[in-house]
Amino acid sequence: MAKTIAPKQLAQKVINHEETLILDVRNTDEFDNWKIEGGKVEVVNEPYFNLLDGIEPVESKLAKDKEIIVVCAKGGSSEFVADLLEEAGFSNVYSLEGGMKAWSEHLEPVKVGDLADGGALYQFVRLGKGCLSYFIESNGEAAIIDTARMIETYEEFANQKEVQIKHLIDTHLHADHISGGRHLAQKVGGTYYLPPKDATEVTFDYTPLEEGNDIMVGNTAVKVQPIYSPGHTIGSTSFIIDDNYLVTGDILFVKSIGRPDLAGLAEDWVGDLRNTLYNRYKELSDDLIVLPAHYSFAEELGKGGLVSARLGDLYNRNSGLQVEDEAVFRKMVTENLPPQPNAYQEIRETNMGKITPEIEKQKEMETGPNRCAVEG
Amino acid sequence: MKATKVLDAKGLACPMPIVRTKKAMDELSTGDVLEIHATDKGAKSDLTAWAKSGGHELLDMEEGDVLKFWIKKG
Repeated sequence: MAKTIAPKQLAQKVINHEETLILDVRNTDEFDNWKIEGGKVEVVNEPYFNLLDGIEPVESKLAKDKEIIVVCAKGGSSEFVADLLEEAGFSNVYSLEGGMKAWSEHLEPVKVGDLADGGALYQFVRLGKGCLSYFIESNGEAAIIDTARMIETYEEFANQKEVQIKHLIDTHLHADHISGGRHLAQKVGGTYYLPPKDATEVTFDYTPLEEGNDIMVGNTAVKVQPIYSPGHTIGSTSFIIDDNYLVTGDILFVKSIGRPDLAGLAEDWVGDLRNTLYNRYKELSDDLIVLPAHYSFAEELGKGGLVSARLGDLYNRNSGLQVEDEAVFRKMVTENLPPQPNAYQEIRETNMGKITPEIEKQKEMETGPNRCAVEG
Repeated sequence: MKATKVLDAKGLACPMPIVRTKKAMDELSTGDVLEIHATDKGAKSDLTAWAKSGGHELLDMEEGDVLKFWIKKG
């Protein structure tokens, strides 16, 4: 029996930029659509069904003594192939437990920094999907921004830190992943916040996010200051935390900008997106550290897995912020958009409370990359 | 559709539906049709890709709780 590796161990290798060789044995269409990336990951694709008669198709591509992590959709075929490799004399082979399905669910906490009056800010990196959420803790209390569906991870983290989760905040109504904010708020007796303009169709009670109504975390003044910044959705809201960090949601990423079409209104919202990126954010301090809700490119994963950048630097190097001509900008964000995320309409309806798919269905809806960005 | 042989791969998870399909196919002659019943959703894209790479022809497919495939040996 081949050895296995847990998603957590693989995540550590990726964020620590360790050299990692992956043999992905899913079929090539699935591989091309979505694969493990980041750090110093090298991936070879060969569908498992091409290896049933023998491992010749991959034998020359892999070194017998080198560590090889075999990956498939759910963990069955990778184990099968790992066994075949071992039989053929490969000595350092592992199968990824639970496959891409489990990888898609893994959240890796990365510390962003300490807060001025005590407490700290953490970024939870969902390596399998490129989703980022934020955990702010101060004086025994915590707030989470853009909580992922896997709420147990945050609960365990809160227990370890001995803090009580009080505020669950979504920067916008998500279309690429199912929010865990509402359920976690119910579970811990916290408050769930949404931008009211994104919540016109929701079927549950929520607390509206409003500019000027700061959210306090703990007794110390960790302000979570909403800024109305429409564009990706009409309600999209950003947050300034501790006068130092700017949580941008799906409006501004490190290497790209948000797409305005996932609620079906690209033409209407492109003006808002432009105004937020080229006017509203420009009025803010250049020294703010931008913390987005996604990353799209493996190279955006910085040291220790952190995804962030100084706002002033992004005005110099993010291609989505360099488009002087408004007509060119309009064209860029409304034409030639990447494919929409898997099941994005159903995901939106789930986040509105209109449908409640069973858990296996929810997992299936979330497979694949996030695709919330437009490249400039 | 008339099948030469029916393979029941229901309840089996990846990679078994394809391992069994391949084994059954090896015992058939060119032009024979194998009918496969599977419940693993991954079988859909994998069987399609496998048939193509092996030079077989996927004649038809039926979706539902049980996925059904008809593959003609190439």
